Amino acid sequence: MNGRNAEGGAAAALRLSSICKRFGPLLANDNISLEVGSGEVVALLGENGAGKTTLMNILFGHYVADGGSVEVGGRSLASGDPQAALRAGIGMVHQRFTLVENMSVAENVVLGTESLFAAASRRADEAGRIESLCEEIGLGAGSGAIVGELSVGERQRVEIVKALYRNSKILILDEPTAVLAPFEIDSLFEILRRLVRRGLSVIFISHKLAEAMAISDRIIVLRKGRLVGERAPSETTPDELASMMVGEPVALPQVPARNPGPVVLELRDVSTASRSMRINLDRVSLSLRAGRITGIAGVAGNGQAALASVLSGTMRAASGRLLLNGAEPKRWSPESALAHGVARIPEDRLATGMIGDMSVVENMIPEQRRSPRFSRNGLLRRSDARRFAEQVISEYGVACSSPHMAVRLLSGGNIQKLILGRALDPEPQVVIANQPTRGLDVGAVAHVQERLLAARGRGAAVLLISEDLEEVMALSDKVSVMSGGRLSPETDRGELGIRELGALMARKSFDGPQAQHAA
Amino acid sequence: MRLEPRPEPTIGRLVAAPAAAVAATAVVAGLLVAAAGASPFTVFWQILKGAAGSQFALFETLTRATPLIFTGLAVAVAFRAKLWNIGAEAQLYAGAVITVVLGTGAMPLPSYAVIPVSMGAAAACGAAVLYGPAFLKTRFGVDEVVTTLLLNFIALLAVSMLLDGVLKDPMGLGWPQSEHLAREARLPRLAEGKRLHVGFLMAIAFAGIVWAMMSRTVLGYEMRAAGHNSGAARFLGIPVESTLLKTALISGGLAALAGYSEVAGTKGNLTLDLSPGFGYTGIVVAMLAMLNPLGVVPAAIFVAGIFVGADAMSRTAGVPSFIADVVVATALLTMVVAIMTTRYRIRRG
Repeated sequence: MNGRNAEGGAAAALRLSSICKRFGPLLANDNISLEVGSGEVVALLGENGAGKTTLMNILFGHYVADGGSVEVGGRSLASGDPQAALRAGIGMVHQRFTLVENMSVAENVVLGTESLFAAASRRADEAGRIESLCEEIGLGAGSGAIVGELSVGERQRVEIVKALYRNSKILILDEPTAVLAPFEIDSLFEILRRLVRRGLSVIFISHKLAEAMAISDRIIVLRKGRLVGERAPSETTPDELASMMVGEPVALPQVPARNPGPVVLELRDVSTASRSMRINLDRVSLSLRAGRITGIAGVAGNGQAALASVLSGTMRAASGRLLLNGAEPKRWSPESALAHGVARIPEDRLATGMIGDMSVVENMIPEQRRSPRFSRNGLLRRSDARRFAEQVISEYGVACSSPHMAVRLLSGGNIQKLILGRALDPEPQVVIANQPTRGLDVGAVAHVQERLLAARGRGAAVLLISEDLEEVMALSDKVSVMSGGRLSPETDRGELGIRELGALMARKSFDGPQAQHAA
Repeated sequence: MRLEPRPEPTIGRLVAAPAAAVAATAVVAGLLVAAAGASPFTVFWQILKGAAGSQFALFETLTRATPLIFTGLAVAVAFRAKLWNIGAEAQLYAGAVITVVLGTGAMPLPSYAVIPVSMGAAAACGAAVLYGPAFLKTRFGVDEVVTTLLLNFIALLAVSMLLDGVLKDPMGLGWPQSEHLAREARLPRLAEGKRLHVGFLMAIAFAGIVWAMMSRTVLGYEMRAAGHNSGAARFLGIPVESTLLKTALISGGLAALAGYSEVAGTKGNLTLDLSPGFGYTGIVVAMLAMLNPLGVVPAAIFVAGIFVGADAMSRTAGVPSFIADVVVATALLTMVVAIMTTRYRIRRG
């Protein structure tokens, strides 16, 4: 065990004993017991659907466990009561922040804790306390800043301040690095270390091995609802952890060299002006060549959504040109994109990629529903649709009990596999993949990456938009960085290292007209 | 209390939910009946007898169910695509008006063509009435709940104007009613001397057709996809706006057939009380059927039976027949809760 935690005899800050939770046929948590000492950072590592989120929801009172108990500081915690969890000092920072954008930091922090009749003098005291918490956390903007104007990393810190303000002794962070740039991750870790020294316990939920090893005192691995192992970072390797998570050794993708073909899809000086987008494109030029993966790195929310929407046909460019095989399509829409063999893998799988309330079978055919493959004279060919779904399920190893079950009941990784199977059959000319591996477990990530490489091998032009810098670097033949709605000049594979690309990502934007690369 | 999503609802739960809703409705209605000073069991028995206790009663119930099947289908189709058509009443009257116009000889038609032509014309009129609100919704984002609801009042006033004007029966002793349809324009009765007519069989046939359309055709697929998740549907290349417009045409057409079958089948002419709220009751029917076109038939018969039975009951038991409205309204509310419980479980704390 780790030194900080070896004071022996003291009650654990948190103890979960034999937690069981079943959802229908699925055993989400199977007899899980674990302890977290005070001042300890425990990483909870596991694939999607391994039961991490369920376990934390039980701890936080969102779900009632079928069996087992939770003790905080030696006292048992009422189950199914989020208020009790809060009072006991459990604070959670969710992946999606729960902040009111048009309120100040201080207002967000006190929201929900304050009595309507609180005296004004007390409020002044509280304001002082929030200000000092902000300072401690390194939230330079101060407690008066409006949340909507803060960066993602800063917002995350507001969430941490919120938890600390409520006197949390145990802080749960759910995938906290998913939205951060590399330099922001470093400073998050810095903050966590400082808090831990003060006696705070941290549960760090992640599926990124390197981060779990960097920050935690102890790593607990879950697989298929079971606790499969517990290691100190010093006594394990990423390989061992990865194989514990997936149950079998995983290999990193191999990218064979390949000569690119002609330009298939091209953007020339495209700008957008959509009110629904937080960041619009600003004179972006991009050319996608057959048999090449073009990677776009960047911190989420820097215009990637607009870029993907323009290419997918769901958003119109305000200016600039979109060329397909050298010609401007008459009307660019999802329909015409599909007709021209542009496959799309959307960022938000369940909200835009799939219709959650419809069955797996019905979700496999929307893009091809009018083709003779799946309909004739306006009548659906349901057995062909079912066969296609079964084929994708077996080929991609989708875990689902029946092709007729509703898609919303599947895990993110399985949904992504269905989307891939749908998009890559028939073979597309272009693949627009926006965050195709976000939130997926190691096994599913490898699968998705393999499929994208296979599409490249067959001569598809692939655009890979991802926040995962390592993924972009590993897969792409050409790399650009997106920031503030602008695209950096294209660089060759391996031309820039992770630090240099990270520095580009941290830039507010790129000046001047984008350099054209006529490769 | 919180809601926790359930996995896939089982068949048992899908059947148990409406059954529990009906049982809860019976309890509420029973308490009201007891408060009115009668025995709930006697009253329920009387309602049952009045609805299905004799061939006459049963035929009356089925006659009453006919327009409800049409309006129930109209609402089920529209709601499935999340087009909130509250205006089946207006579409019903549109269909009724054109039926009277054609059926009283405004256009010289060969006798074999009168029925199909006036049916088609009625459906087209109803479709046109709903097309307007749907167009405003898809083009300008105008809330169709408001427009379709308000059109009901406009339609009723327009019918009133017509019945006191061009459509007024000159032999009607001054009553605001239209002329009666010519013999060849009337739908044949199913039994001599009974009011039940061929419209009932047509309604059942349409329930089958609509079911097949929703589950077996590309159009039905697009309608369901647009209703479940319009954002995803749009992304996946389904033209959501034009799908909604098509939905409006189908829904409006079905509602108008209720008006057609009432005029050509049941009543024979048009009066201002042609529909005692069939359009609105269609919403209840569709919800009771959980928007399943095949479920609309039993749901419509159930609702019709309550109304017909309550009329008979009030004559013998002395409890006002308004109890039927209470029963139907309560059934709607309990059904909405029941549908929710098939998808969520309620947790305390």
